[in-house]
Amino acid sequence: MMSNIPEIVFWLIPGLPLAAFGIVFLGLRILRLKSGFAALLSVSATAASFGLSLWTGISMLSAPGTSSLDGFNWFSSGNAITVDIGLLINPLTAIMLVVVSTVSLLVQIYSIGYMRGDNALNRYFSFISLFTFAMLFMVMSNNLLVMFMAWELVGLCSYLLIGFWFHRPKAASAAKKAFFVTRIGDFGFLAAILILFSSTGTFSIEGIHQAAASGIVSSAAITWAALGIFFGAMGKSAQFPLHTWLPDAMEGPTPVSALIHAATMVAAGVFLVARMFPLFEYSETALSTVAIVGGITALLAATIALVMWDIKKVLAYSTISQLGYMMLGIGLGGPGVALFHLFTHAFFKALLFMGAGSVNHSTGTLDMRNMGGLARYMPWTCITFVIGALSLSGIWPLAGFFSKEEILAAALEGQPVLFAIALLTVFITAFYMFRAVFTTFGGSYRGRSKPHESSAAMLLPMLVMAVLAVCAGWLNATGAIDSLLGDGTKHAWTTGIFGVFTHSLTWISLLMAAAGIFLAWAIYVKRWFSAERISSRFALPYFFFINKYWFDEIYNIIIGNKLLNKGIFSFFEKLDERIIDGAVNGIARLTSSTGSFVRRAQNGRLQTYLLFFAAGLAILVLMMVIIS
Amino acid sequence: MPGLEHYLILSALLFCIGLTGAIIKRNAVVILMCIEIMLAGVNVAMVAFSRFITPLQLGGQLFTIFIIIVAAAEVAIGLAIILALYRKRQTVDTEKTDFLKW
Amino acid sequence: MGMHIAFWVLSLLAVAAAVGVIWQKNLFRAVLFLVLCFFAIAGIFVTLSADFLAAAQLIINVGAVAILMIMSIMLTREITSGSPSNILGLPALAVTGILAAAIIMVSSSTSWLLSPSSPVESTTGALATILFNNEGFIFLIQLAALLVLVTIIGAIVLLKEEK
Repeated sequence: MMSNIPEIVFWLIPGLPLAAFGIVFLGLRILRLKSGFAALLSVSATAASFGLSLWTGISMLSAPGTSSLDGFNWFSSGNAITVDIGLLINPLTAIMLVVVSTVSLLVQIYSIGYMRGDNALNRYFSFISLFTFAMLFMVMSNNLLVMFMAWELVGLCSYLLIGFWFHRPKAASAAKKAFFVTRIGDFGFLAAILILFSSTGTFSIEGIHQAAASGIVSSAAITWAALGIFFGAMGKSAQFPLHTWLPDAMEGPTPVSALIHAATMVAAGVFLVARMFPLFEYSETALSTVAIVGGITALLAATIALVMWDIKKVLAYSTISQLGYMMLGIGLGGPGVALFHLFTHAFFKALLFMGAGSVNHSTGTLDMRNMGGLARYMPWTCITFVIGALSLSGIWPLAGFFSKEEILAAALEGQPVLFAIALLTVFITAFYMFRAVFTTFGGSYRGRSKPHESSAAMLLPMLVMAVLAVCAGWLNATGAIDSLLGDGTKHAWTTGIFGVFTHSLTWISLLMAAAGIFLAWAIYVKRWFSAERISSRFALPYFFFINKYWFDEIYNIIIGNKLLNKGIFSFFEKLDERIIDGAVNGIARLTSSTGSFVRRAQNGRLQTYLLFFAAGLAILVLMMVIIS
Repeated sequence: MPGLEHYLILSALLFCIGLTGAIIKRNAVVILMCIEIMLAGVNVAMVAFSRFITPLQLGGQLFTIFIIIVAAAEVAIGLAIILALYRKRQTVDTEKTDFLKW
Repeated sequence: MGMHIAFWVLSLLAVAAAVGVIWQKNLFRAVLFLVLCFFAIAGIFVTLSADFLAAAQLIINVGAVAILMIMSIMLTREITSGSPSNILGLPALAVTGILAAAIIMVSSSTSWLLSPSSPVESTTGALATILFNNEGFIFLIQLAALLVLVTIIGAIVLLKEEK
């Protein structure tokens, strides 16, 4: 299949951004490129990549199928281990390629406007290119070990870009936090890779799927491997209880948040579970774990988003919540459902982040209490932001509606409690999004600096994104994506753009979303209720939300203080002081005392040396005598 | 006619006396004199070997000629060094010239 | 028999003079002992029928080296402080004693391959033939000449008066 596309195209998709990274990164010190040239190079490489991805995606739509490119041997150890760098192109890959390259391209164009005047633009664009390469390569890799490598590279880029303004202590520590927390998840992923390798003897994804299907792997091994993979996904996708890094990651530049921490990298966890879904199919435990964790995350993060005042924090918690949604979908309805939501979410969430960046650019703040009335000053930003918010809230006929419907439908078929949670989350999502919209764009301006509309370089990608946020859902109106992702179940809801209204679930979810929007309107525009009074009325939940359920504090106390500081670190500190330092100091003391004893022989008088010389001669001659 | 052993013993004694002097004397000129004694001891052994083992080839005597030449050169340079040292530090006492110390 | 007497007298003289060089506190007398030692060794050379070497020993060592020593003793004006020893006396004696004992043991216990033929008489001509013919040591003798030249220059440079 897909014989109409030459192999080199697939290699070029990740290869071009890598080349751009190489040139721009070298350019940092050696070539001393103009930053405009660096941006141009990286944007055009991504644009080419985007074109090739689109080609792949379209031909995949017309002729679905799987092709595996062997590539080349990376290393082999004996006959037991061979690791090839190869590509696996299937519908899942194609969708991810389109998402990643689209968002990356638009965000890079947006960055040209957003980052103008920053004095480290070359570094910024080199990292973005590296990220694009790593993400595309991770999506395409046909080998778990290589995929893990790319996965870590993605994490590294996230670290580098969160800490892009490393001179700000908050950014530096947020970068470290993101790195460490995702590392915890990666540990699970690595363990899963090792379990799979020891039970199947291969790193190849297809090989593992075949081994799992043929039943030669014990069900316990599959369950543990699936849970390990999901643990890795939890770290990357910021799922409860490893979600704490994502809100802090908002310290990075906003385009980075849009690209990495909304659309692509955080969705990598969902992608990973989808990629390894054949494993999950054989483990009921793992699948329900995915669904439950997803459900908890969706609700938990949404409630925190209710009370945040930082617009990016609202969006960050919203992202966590939506990722939980995807996990819920994958656990209950299979990868098709989740990937569709990933697909639409990538566009509208990136759009919302771009909007937040645009607002931040013009007001110089991220605190919504210092905004207000911006609709007058920046109409385009307002329109696109509202489109994104509507899409996220799940209003017909925007993209978010369709994907959310599918998850809700899958939950309704699968698990009533999780369905209730999902439905509640729809309401909360609509409320907090429009709380953000109304406090930011409605009312009168409360800030000091004069707001202004952003430049064309920023607005253009936002408009394109807005179009995508509206239209992306129609792609699946006839179940195209569901059938592509091929677990066969084509949901009844996917019956055309207008067909959805034949189901009562549509009406219920639309009602929930509308209720959320209406409540936000009532509180923040009409002020029929005072937000303060509501929060004092529900003091206990409010207390929980505003403190983000004390996750950071609990981690600090239990893991940071008790386990690490008092336990492991102090143990190693003592080990270091007593044994290692002791050994080193002991050797040093021995050496210096030996030295100060022996140096008496070096008294500078030639005759002493001559005596030693003669003694040596005497000993030699004596030895000769004794031997002979 | 005394045998080879006698000459070798004489050579060993001269060499070791010279060595002892070179180690224990403090005056640099005396040290040089002791080295001359050591070389003379070696010369005796050379000539004795030449006389008793290869009496017709004269190889040992040739060696001795070269040793005498080198010894003369060594004395000349050694004394020049001693005089230079004396000019700088007004002494040729090896106890006082220990600036090779650590 | 005459050879025996000559050897014993000369060798005792040489050893005694060598000891005297070390023993003598007076620097000037120490040099005279050295001259005596050189004379005795020249005699030893004669008993070994090395007549040319005996002459060379007298001319070079007694005539030049010893005179050089005397001159430098006078130039350094150390004659007043005598010829003291340092503290290494006992260890030095022990080491050299062991060394001497070992060499003596080896040289007397080895069965040397002695040649029965009688030595060349009047070695001067024979040595000259070996030293100066083309297959012999002509190159080395020129090298030795160069060494002496370098020595002269070196001594001059070392002792050149600094401004």
